[in-house]
Amino acid sequence: MKIAIASGKGGTGKTTVAVNLALSIPDAQLIDCDVEEPNCNLFLNKELEHIAESIITAPNIDEELCTHCGKCSEMCRFNAIATLPEKVLLFPTLCHSCGGCILACPENAISGKEKITGIINRSSNKKDHPMLYEGVLNIGESMASPVITELKRSIEPGIPTIIDSPPGTGCPVMTTLEDTDHCILVTEPTPFGLHDLKLAVKMVKIMNIPFGVIINRSEQENCIIDEYCNQENIEVLMRIPLNKRIAELYSDGIPFVEEMPEWKERFTNLFERIVNKKELA
Amino acid sequence: MKELVVISGKGGTGKTTITASFAAMAQNAVIADCDVDAPNLHLVLRPRIVETNPFYGMDKAEICLDRCIKCYRCQTACKFNAIDDDLIVNQHKCEGCGVCEYVCNSSAINMIKSRSGDVHSSITDHGTMVHAELEIGEEASGKLVSAVKERTRSIALENKAELIITDGPPGTGCPVLATITGADLALIVTEPSLSGMHDLERVLQVTEHFDIPSIVCINKYDINEKNAGKIEEFCNERGVEVVGKLPYDPSPNMAMREETTVVEYRKNVLSEGVKALWERVVSELDQKEVTLLPTR
Repeated sequence: MKIAIASGKGGTGKTTVAVNLALSIPDAQLIDCDVEEPNCNLFLNKELEHIAESIITAPNIDEELCTHCGKCSEMCRFNAIATLPEKVLLFPTLCHSCGGCILACPENAISGKEKITGIINRSSNKKDHPMLYEGVLNIGESMASPVITELKRSIEPGIPTIIDSPPGTGCPVMTTLEDTDHCILVTEPTPFGLHDLKLAVKMVKIMNIPFGVIINRSEQENCIIDEYCNQENIEVLMRIPLNKRIAELYSDGIPFVEEMPEWKERFTNLFERIVNKKELA
Repeated sequence: MKELVVISGKGGTGKTTITASFAAMAQNAVIADCDVDAPNLHLVLRPRIVETNPFYGMDKAEICLDRCIKCYRCQTACKFNAIDDDLIVNQHKCEGCGVCEYVCNSSAINMIKSRSGDVHSSITDHGTMVHAELEIGEEASGKLVSAVKERTRSIALENKAELIITDGPPGTGCPVLATITGADLALIVTEPSLSGMHDLERVLQVTEHFDIPSIVCINKYDINEKNAGKIEEFCNERGVEVVGKLPYDPSPNMAMREETTVVEYRKNVLSEGVKALWERVVSELDQKEVTLLPTR
């Protein structure tokens, strides 16, 4: 069972939900796919070991062989290569590692050079609960998706898996959500939260992933999020109240289920409900 | 003309609230929403769209099965695993590189141009604004950010604007790099939580890597004053100036509900803090050399 926690808007509480949910499920593993800003371990303080790297193939140009014919720049649809009369310029942050330039070069002057763009870490203690896996995009690198793909390749199959997604609705989010069984969309009862929730709902519908909503910093029932969810027949799975204690614990990196055990039970129930629903379907 | 970008690393720290207030106070500025994945600025600046330009993301491969001789060279060459065993192209996985078209022996593959969003130029009560809509499932956030920036710059040149104010996306990846390219100053909005601090550190490494001068604002500093102190210490050590500390206040949500900015909504400690922050940012900008780098 793989459950992804996503949101549209940033800062709504994805990591909070992911960490607290994972802590409330025996034998769960937690996967931090927000590789641009991985934060789960700030709440868990696990000792991590480096287990893999995300490696892409970047072009390497042999200036001796290059005739500056410009075929590589013509081939590159990402504008990552510009050919000047005497020189070829590479723009590494635009390169998607498609290998087109290597194929297009008539002089065989371009070869692939492996480049590490991020690393994958895992709890070094096999008895950790939850087992934590995280990906970290190197500073200055632009492509998050290859790191997420490598991270997802490293995880243990067959056990309950909670996946913390990056914010937004772009490629890194879709790479994260691919092949998951259920998605929890976390939002907050503000116009910004509602607007971005609608975008996230469109995305999970296109991807055909069953989903429900958690309203974080909830002040009252029947807020604008409830209105929308009622209209669209979307299940509100849980409400986390706007609560000073929860906010303080968050700011100090303490998962609130550890200090407020009644919440652990609520998260365990939430997980069981999602599992039962999947079995019925 | 100068360009200010507001970024944060972590999402939800208050980028849009602050950008919208800056827009309300700035004279002769053009405003850009570069958080194309989850744009929110239009919810408080109420733009009236005057021009919409179609945005074409990457072309998508299409295989004509009538012409296809099933050699599978395309599938082998595709680095994105976007072509399945039935030779159907997965539109979400296809990044539009054109390698399949290039290797195809039977000219069975075409790269099809597809409209994947819109770039709007709009009038607001506080000047011109450029914002975008991306079709869901389109994978061209970085490219759309560049399109928004290009449009903003050409309007700013046309209007002889003195400043571009840009609301940025969270994170440190592709859309953020596209946003900060060529900016004169980055205002990083953080909050005194461990996550906020960690993400500030990462995004500062990014602005340093790309040589973008940066200043920091601690939002909701009174939620955890101990952590706010640590952020100040950290910034001090790093030689990065903390130009503002804003208190936690419910008024941004109230202003949002009224579709207005915090500085227009009500005079209180927060709105006064945002005004003081703006003055500091303006004086920082005044100290910068005038530059305008070409977009790429």
